[in-house]
Amino acid sequence: MTPLPTTALSGDAVVLCSFFVLLVPLAAGGIALINTGLGRSRSAAHSMLSSLCVVAIAAIVYFLCGSAWQGFAGRPAHVFLFGGREWSWLAAEPFFLRGLRVEDSAATLVVLLQMFSVGLAALIPLGSGADRWRLGARCASTALLAGWTYPLFAHWVWGGGWLAQLGSNYGVGRGFIDAGGSGTIQSLGGLSALAIAWILGPRRGKYGRNGMPAAIPGHNSVLVLFGSMLALVGWSGLNISGAILFAGSEPARAPSIAINTLLAASAAGMAVVLLTRFRFGKPDASLAANGWVGGLAASSAGCALVTPASALLIGLMAGVLVVFAIELLEWRLTVDDPGGSIAAHAVGGLWGLLAVGIFARFPGQRPYSAYAPESGMSGQWLAQLVGIATLLGLMLPLIYLLNWLLNRVYPLRVAAEGESQGMDLHELGADAYPEFATHTDDYGQH
Amino acid sequence: MKLAGFLLLLAGWGIVIAACILLVPATARGLFVLAGLGVELLGLALVFRSHIVLRGERG
Repeated sequence: MTPLPTTALSGDAVVLCSFFVLLVPLAAGGIALINTGLGRSRSAAHSMLSSLCVVAIAAIVYFLCGSAWQGFAGRPAHVFLFGGREWSWLAAEPFFLRGLRVEDSAATLVVLLQMFSVGLAALIPLGSGADRWRLGARCASTALLAGWTYPLFAHWVWGGGWLAQLGSNYGVGRGFIDAGGSGTIQSLGGLSALAIAWILGPRRGKYGRNGMPAAIPGHNSVLVLFGSMLALVGWSGLNISGAILFAGSEPARAPSIAINTLLAASAAGMAVVLLTRFRFGKPDASLAANGWVGGLAASSAGCALVTPASALLIGLMAGVLVVFAIELLEWRLTVDDPGGSIAAHAVGGLWGLLAVGIFARFPGQRPYSAYAPESGMSGQWLAQLVGIATLLGLMLPLIYLLNWLLNRVYPLRVAAEGESQGMDLHELGADAYPEFATHTDDYGQH
Repeated sequence: MKLAGFLLLLAGWGIVIAACILLVPATARGLFVLAGLGVELLGLALVFRSHIVLRGERG
């Protein structure tokens, strides 16, 4: 779906949208709390400081070059001709946001939303690399994400790139649709988390010689669950502002988008609570938080295009998928992901993208009548599958390659003694909880 | 095995793109896109498998 030119927003819409964009950092705060709570207590301060640094680096790098490569719909871009059609693959904006006119408040709003969004995407891998990923390497990896991989995919989806043009160029539905970022933010971040978990390897003591995983519970469920609640507020802002800016939704639809977001998260969270209650005898708090976030991730893509009942179903399915994905990753595939980032964000996000093709209903909204009046719903599932295939088949190898090269010149993993000592003492010289500073390497000894 | 997995991921994506460009009938296009995704899943399974093997080799 080709996004609207940003100048199409009215003054009132800009004001309303500004409010929702400013809620987005709460999602980042929520994810930071979840990642910290699900990690060990001896790495808690390191985790929170990393989150702060990652958000800062992401914003700076996006300002320096990411925005130039993502660009805006309807603005100059690098294109190549293939089969008589133009493929827009990279924006051609000047660096340092020099092409941004301050009086164009809508375009500025898009840039602000993207600065928050890229920070949110960069926070996701911190969960899978918890307790063993060095601070400097986290910042370097974030620079790669914010400067290259995120803007590249975001241009294809939100900047009028070739995925958005699938409908107008090849008649594949209305082009790839991802209003709130299930693919661009969540799946991209989740796949980065997978690449990081592969490169880092599991924590010391996580897997015994027989390959069985040891349980290493998170150190603070309160942080995790409060982070989940906080994420809901931020996600509502993200979905509403994304739908207005990238899917052409009317600002009047904001309450219905918020309802869809809440319903998806609630259904996912409750699905996990009930599932773990029946399978393990008691509800699992950390899995419930992962399920909740999975529901939020799944809600984003079609937040403005599905009915509340569909949003409930999308969330329900996301919760079930997250539980089984976490088990599959930990037990069968030996991927150590302390924060559950891969299952919640990558699996939840990919399901959300597919769900658009299944559940989306298109009213007579502006972008569809203005840009693709002839295209129908028949090929929408195909457009969504092409987007999913691009994330898995192109972006995942690219993300892995970039981080693998980074690891060759600047090792990502902390030394063994640092992992035993804890990231707080090893890298920061002070614990998050000095009054409880009696660390025994309980899990590392097994 | 890891390299083969990543190459399969790229090959699957190539099939999906080729299907969109070269095929017009919806059924054929859909089938080829699904086939491309199948190749990608095979590649993903290989990459996952390679990391399990590497971990086992390290002991």
